[in-house]
Amino acid sequence: MATTDVEHKRGQLAALTMAAVVIVVGVPLWWGTTGAQRAWLPVSQMKQLSKLQLQLRVDVEVVFARGTLSPEQQRKLPLTQTQHEEHVADADTHLKYSHETTYRMATIMEEDALNRPTAAEADVSLHMLGESRFGSIVAYVIPESSPLLPEDVSVYIGQRRTAVLRIGTEMRVSKTLTQFLFQLELRVKQVLQVMSVSHADIITVSDRVRHRPGYRESSPEPGLGCKADGVAFQSSPGYDITFSLLNPDPKSHNLQWDIKGAVQSYIRPLLTKLAPVADFSVDSQILYYATLGVNFFDAGLNGYTLNADSLAHVINPLEATLGSNAASSNPLLNFVLYVPDAHHSPLYIRSHRKQGVASNAFHSARWGGIMVYNVKAHYGPHSECPDNINVNMAKVMGVFLAQLRLMLGVRSPEISPGFLVAPRGNAGLADWELDRLMWSRSVENIAKAATTISSLAQLLEHIGDIVINEDIGQQLSSSVTALQLAVAELQAGKLGSALQYSKAAVLASERAFFDPSVFSVSYLSDEQKFAIYIPLVLLFCVPVLLSLLKMSSEASQRVADDSDARIRMPRWTEEHSNIST
Amino acid sequence: MCVCVRHWAGLANILLPRSVQGFCTMKLLSLLCLFSVYLVVWSNNIETKAGQFFSSGHTNNWAVLVCTSRFWFNYRHVANTLSVYRSVKRLGIPDSHIVLMLADDMACNHRNPKPATVFSHKNMELNVYGDDVEVDYRGYEVTVENFLRVLTGRMPPSTPRSKRLLSDDRSNILIYLTGHGGNGFLKFQDSEEISNVELADAFEQMWQKRRYNELLFIIDTCQGASMYERFYSPNLMALASSQVGEDSLSHQPDLAIGVHLMDRYTFYLLEFLEDIHPASTANMNDLFKVCPKSQCVSTPGHRTDLFLRDPGSVLITDFFGSVRKVELTTETINLTITEEPVKERPMHGDLQKERQSYIDQLPVSEIIHQQQSRVKCKHVLAAVRKGHHEIQQNGVAMGRNCVSHSLRTQWMLCVRMTFSKRMSITFSLLKPVFFQPIKVTPNSICAIEA
Repeated sequence: MATTDVEHKRGQLAALTMAAVVIVVGVPLWWGTTGAQRAWLPVSQMKQLSKLQLQLRVDVEVVFARGTLSPEQQRKLPLTQTQHEEHVADADTHLKYSHETTYRMATIMEEDALNRPTAAEADVSLHMLGESRFGSIVAYVIPESSPLLPEDVSVYIGQRRTAVLRIGTEMRVSKTLTQFLFQLELRVKQVLQVMSVSHADIITVSDRVRHRPGYRESSPEPGLGCKADGVAFQSSPGYDITFSLLNPDPKSHNLQWDIKGAVQSYIRPLLTKLAPVADFSVDSQILYYATLGVNFFDAGLNGYTLNADSLAHVINPLEATLGSNAASSNPLLNFVLYVPDAHHSPLYIRSHRKQGVASNAFHSARWGGIMVYNVKAHYGPHSECPDNINVNMAKVMGVFLAQLRLMLGVRSPEISPGFLVAPRGNAGLADWELDRLMWSRSVENIAKAATTISSLAQLLEHIGDIVINEDIGQQLSSSVTALQLAVAELQAGKLGSALQYSKAAVLASERAFFDPSVFSVSYLSDEQKFAIYIPLVLLFCVPVLLSLLKMSSEASQRVADDSDARIRMPRWTEEHSNIST
Repeated sequence: MCVCVRHWAGLANILLPRSVQGFCTMKLLSLLCLFSVYLVVWSNNIETKAGQFFSSGHTNNWAVLVCTSRFWFNYRHVANTLSVYRSVKRLGIPDSHIVLMLADDMACNHRNPKPATVFSHKNMELNVYGDDVEVDYRGYEVTVENFLRVLTGRMPPSTPRSKRLLSDDRSNILIYLTGHGGNGFLKFQDSEEISNVELADAFEQMWQKRRYNELLFIIDTCQGASMYERFYSPNLMALASSQVGEDSLSHQPDLAIGVHLMDRYTFYLLEFLEDIHPASTANMNDLFKVCPKSQCVSTPGHRTDLFLRDPGSVLITDFFGSVRKVELTTETINLTITEEPVKERPMHGDLQKERQSYIDQLPVSEIIHQQQSRVKCKHVLAAVRKGHHEIQQNGVAMGRNCVSHSLRTQWMLCVRMTFSKRMSITFSLLKPVFFQPIKVTPNSICAIEA
């Protein structure tokens, strides 16, 4: 009897120990080893990023030339003035623009520059005086009688970050300084709309990056938004540019194109200017016997025509032959110069209205451009052996440069009457255009990084199996930091560093999002989990569970016995007391 | 149109809590509904007329075509995928925008009586392998992991461009899958499977990163409808060959090849696509009608509730083709010619550098087409043996094409082929002749011609 009791006790002890081991060691071990690894992430900050709240500051310096203000007005001139403009696009997008205007009188050197005979020369010499910061604008106010600007021009926008304003009649008649400044402010605002960040640009960019289902229907001008931003490439840290010369008929003409020199003299200046925005790699190729693969229409003596309808089908067959740089994943821009063969020459592109196109070129959104270049006129008298023909690179690059500007998202703003915009020159890009691009690129980058991070946060919340290791955690943290810095720099009006921070933020966030290790194929359905765990759990846990059940039933039995005994006890005492009384 | 609906719905919402009593509200609501329906119909008509071309906001098209099964008896899955590949290519999606994953190489299979071909129609009518197939993932590379990596873009940095899906927020993507599946999964390579949850999560990740504008998902497998049940990301449209609990059946048995050449759903899908050309106006509703139960035996299903546009306004070519949107360039920049002195190229001493070039490539595709005329083939072979023909080392071209002479003396140049001993000897004998560029000087040309 005693030995079975001891056995019984030992059995109970064993079962309890097993259960304890399972609970204390087994369960945490299982929990710890089967869960997805998650590094620490700034989750709350990441989630906040789904709201885009930006404040963009533009510094404007208004410089008065001699003869624009009376001495008394000069004395009363305020030093600075700040204007705020707030736009709430939707629940998640708050944009605030502040224009910090500084007023001062022109220095002697600037006076000298403004006394130059033409506005272009004045622009150059004003630029020589000092270095202008990214995103800032200097507006020079000149008297009405100044011969600097032509008669009908009231505002001249230079190649750099300067504008020259002539005092208008409405400013001259205003009596007090505040009225005068108010009128001036209106004018400056018009200038800013051309030269600096515009709300329309920013909102298109941020909508494009963060578009949610149905955004297109709700945007105020759907057609405009889609068309305007559809052509340009997305913001990317780098672009690959390929210039291709297609010579389908090397038997009739031997083409020489000095692409090296042309890139050096026409494309390189633009790319150098765009260096803060992105890196570019340029290469070129010549393809022989490559054809366009569409039918040309014979237009009699005037040559052949390529109709606008068939242009859409030109690119795809061509793309197979163009090839691409296998090593990089940057967006690819193609610029193709097509020289038609002798039998289909000259070849002209016709618009839908059957009219000729001056450039004889077309472009496709986010792809590049194609130009048709006719050489028939250059054929020598004896056309038996191939003629050596030099391609006029200035003409070709003029077209490609315009297309490149479009592809990169440089848009010519609408010019109000009375404005004169200086020609872009050989760089193909004015400084203020670069600023505009940088504004929209920084906002695009910020929006892109924020979307990436917040969507990753959302995904992590939604899909439990995604593994996040330490490295990615760090990338994300650094991306969040860079993003905050970029926003702060925009608020401080430092466009250059804001763009750099925003680029860093995008890079880090993309690297985190697209890291090969952020990848879960560890999803298992409930049935599968059941099937995996049952053999393990059954073998081990069933005996333990059964003995625990048995023990608990025994224990409850004992408790019941005890309580029975306790219930009986008072009855007995009662009886006893009864007896005693 | 959507604005209208939303507007009225919003109005109804405002009206609902404030309105006096139920009856009046009901009346008003039903009136509103009628009116809004009228508006929808009316604006729909206008929209369909007003240039369907611009209705989709995409600028580029991508296609991911996947065959997930290997082994000879699954010939039909490879044929399915290759025929869809042919169709999208014909409609204008370039190879650079197609990610083609084939789990097995039927063209080079030992049991293929006609090497270097994959037929999709009975009696060997249509060779879908052709001479220009660019397979991006082949054989054991076709795994669930690789497929999901392609979709989500999580690639090792060394991955070449052709193996990536470099789509953006303006891309329309066609995803076609075929293989063996069951309720909620699709088998890959007989060793693993992708579940519908994983697929739905992958699409969500794509959407979160704006990797597509619209996505069309087509799957030809048993119980195909179960694969799109779990999708939850917007702008997805899905089609499947069969409902849950149904099998998808094969089609086109061929006695000579000994297996079925296609699956029913894909067969009729391709028949439908045959009539599509880049400018055709057929829409998605036409696609949904493809392969009714009388033809398919299974019931094809589709899902459009996640898609924002009306399927009737979505052109087939929005997904199956690629029509570029082009604009004429009107703006040009006047560049002044910089009169720079032309730099003299630095003269190197060795001007007399010998020019090296490759001799003509072996006309592989010609050989395939002219298989029947054995005389010609013999001639080529003889020429090769003599060393008169040389081919440029072109691994891709060699890998894609198989050259066969006759069944007795099979002389294949498949890269993935296992060489028997004798063959490898032949190959190594040929190798120096094949792969070495030779110096071309007038003398050496004479030497070869002699």
